[in-house]
Amino acid sequence: MKFIKIGFIVLSACLVGSFSFAAGGGGYVKDFDFSFEGPFGAYDQTQLQRGLKVYTEVCSSCHGLKYVPLRTLADKDGLGYSEDQVRAYAEYYEIFDPELDDYRAAVPADHFPAVVDAGAPDLSLMAKARAGFHGPYGTGISQLVNGMGGPEYIASLLTGYTGEEKEEYGSVFYENTAYPGKWIAMSPPLYGEDVDYDDGHANDIYSEAQDVAAFLMWAAEPKMMARKHSGFVGVLFLVLLSVLLYLTNKRLWAPVKKESISS
Amino acid sequence: MSGIPHDHYEPKTKGEKWLNSRLPIVGLLYDTIMIPTPKNLNWMWIWGIVLTFCLALQIITGIVLAMHYTPHVDMAFASVEHIMRNVNGGHMIRYLHSNGASLFFIAVYAHIFRGLYYGSYKAPREITWIIGMLIYLLMMGTAFMGYVLPWGQMSFWGATVITGLFGAIPFIGEPIQTLLLGGPAVDNATLNRFFSLHYLFPFLIAGLVIVHIWAFHTTGNNNPTGVEVRRTSKAEAEKDTVSFWPYFVIKDLFALAVLLAVFFAIVGFMPNYLGHPDNYIEANPLATPAHIVPEWYFLPFYAILRAFTAEVWVVQFASFVTAGIIDAKFFGVLAMFGAIIVMALAPWLDTSSVRSARYRPMLKWWFGILVFDFFALMWLGAMPAEEPYATLSLIASAYWFGYFLVILPLLGIIEKPGSQPTSIEEDFKKKQLKKADKADEHFSKPDATPAE
Repeated sequence: MKFIKIGFIVLSACLVGSFSFAAGGGGYVKDFDFSFEGPFGAYDQTQLQRGLKVYTEVCSSCHGLKYVPLRTLADKDGLGYSEDQVRAYAEYYEIFDPELDDYRAAVPADHFPAVVDAGAPDLSLMAKARAGFHGPYGTGISQLVNGMGGPEYIASLLTGYTGEEKEEYGSVFYENTAYPGKWIAMSPPLYGEDVDYDDGHANDIYSEAQDVAAFLMWAAEPKMMARKHSGFVGVLFLVLLSVLLYLTNKRLWAPVKKESISS
Repeated sequence: MSGIPHDHYEPKTKGEKWLNSRLPIVGLLYDTIMIPTPKNLNWMWIWGIVLTFCLALQIITGIVLAMHYTPHVDMAFASVEHIMRNVNGGHMIRYLHSNGASLFFIAVYAHIFRGLYYGSYKAPREITWIIGMLIYLLMMGTAFMGYVLPWGQMSFWGATVITGLFGAIPFIGEPIQTLLLGGPAVDNATLNRFFSLHYLFPFLIAGLVIVHIWAFHTTGNNNPTGVEVRRTSKAEAEKDTVSFWPYFVIKDLFALAVLLAVFFAIVGFMPNYLGHPDNYIEANPLATPAHIVPEWYFLPFYAILRAFTAEVWVVQFASFVTAGIIDAKFFGVLAMFGAIIVMALAPWLDTSSVRSARYRPMLKWWFGILVFDFFALMWLGAMPAEEPYATLSLIASAYWFGYFLVILPLLGIIEKPGSQPTSIEEDFKKKQLKKADKADEHFSKPDATPAE
């Protein structure tokens, strides 16, 4: 059994290296490094704030975030804005209030508005609804090593336009190396230097794409830090409990085993 | 309760006697927990406790989730997001529940294959085995309906495909499908009845678990040798057994703690690894996902379902003989359920007089291939329905049926079993002596750098 296991691990290590990027006709996902990867990775607050800016100034004209409450922008292990900042940010959006039967400025208790006019998908869960990494050969080893690859897919998509376009049945499609099937209906949203960051961070297309991908990961999984913490505490206590139970079990069985030999 | 002679509960104080003469519940619990258990059980006998724990975990987390969930097509998806974002600890409860289903199935498959290897299904434990198979079927139903509740794309399309299987039954298929769905297609009525049944089934499972335990407490546990505990006298029985409490409770709890450490790592660090990304897209009846793939624990049987296409001669033959009543789709459904039915019939298909595969030199190999076959089917179930996967699926499916319908009956006749120990005591002693020898060897090795 042991040899099989070791062999399996070695084999998977070889396969992952060679196959994680292999896919014909689009679907090329670059393995970007994100601060929140791994069991101890955490969101980079300033990156999330930059990502919000990209979302607000670029994405939000076509895409909504209808499941994300605006008040969560104040979450300490997320963007960490103050309540006043959140209130000021919320006012930027107009939402329909069925009680007033009219539009009004949003407040922190509201969600980001849903944007339906452009026919573009909602982005609340996009970072979990796409898998950047697959296989190899349906084994799931790539996802195990690299993660599901949602944010990597988003960043790859935003930077994957080749500039080629074609018209089919009156709609324009744009060639994209990350999009499965290669031709995507969304026109290139980022060109680089689309937003000016308050912290003076580089605003080339790669920075912007990674920042907004990180922000969307937060939007999809705002409790990631709490979850990893719970997981870590759980593992720690259970390992400790396992050791104690192992010793208890050993001691408990010792007389039974001894007796069986002497009998 | 058990046929193995052992001490029973004796009420001593006046209060105990008072209660015992009215409701002998303490005696029942005492006899259950103190049951004589074969000394030589190995680590494959831990899964029962793991499964019981999983059932409790799923019921407790599930009840909390139901407090915050809304079974309505317009609100179900949003209510799950509400649980993930607004409910205190909701994200952990949901991830524990969704990954808990996977732990549950890992444990049940290990438990079933343990039974198949050590012949736990054989007389006199057939009822235990059959009840176990019923529990497994109910688990699959529960898990399937639970996966529909978040109302994501895979929920919706999985429900459409699986309920469609029932529609393949000739003559009565369509009314059955309509009854399952509560209408012509997957809709609000479907979601509501699935939610109701998803809440009900675990309690049916709990009831069957009690019967399952009752049954094997009556026959006594099987053990790795397959040799029965000696029952002629209490003294002899005591040489073969120890009481369940504390010996196996502590051992099983240790194994459970180790498994849960891994489980918590998955829940904490990669909770969506075993799920499908498409289920984070709200159900849309107008957009079919590129690949409709069931959860991993259904994949082996999904592969069998898909293996029997109209090009397979068995299917063509069945179709010809029945004048087209059994078409490829219905044949696939029959094969899928048949794969579980042949497993349930193992007690009667296995003709060997020897219980444990430890003393069956030929079965060992065939069983090894069956385990490999199971994982191969699991992998094939996730691959697209095209060559070479279709042919491989067919071969793997054929082996599954071949193992139960041909190999098990035949081996009992042609196989020459090895010699079995005369008692559990002997087996246990041999194992301890071997261990002691190993330890001695280890300590008696001359030191490379002797202490000065």
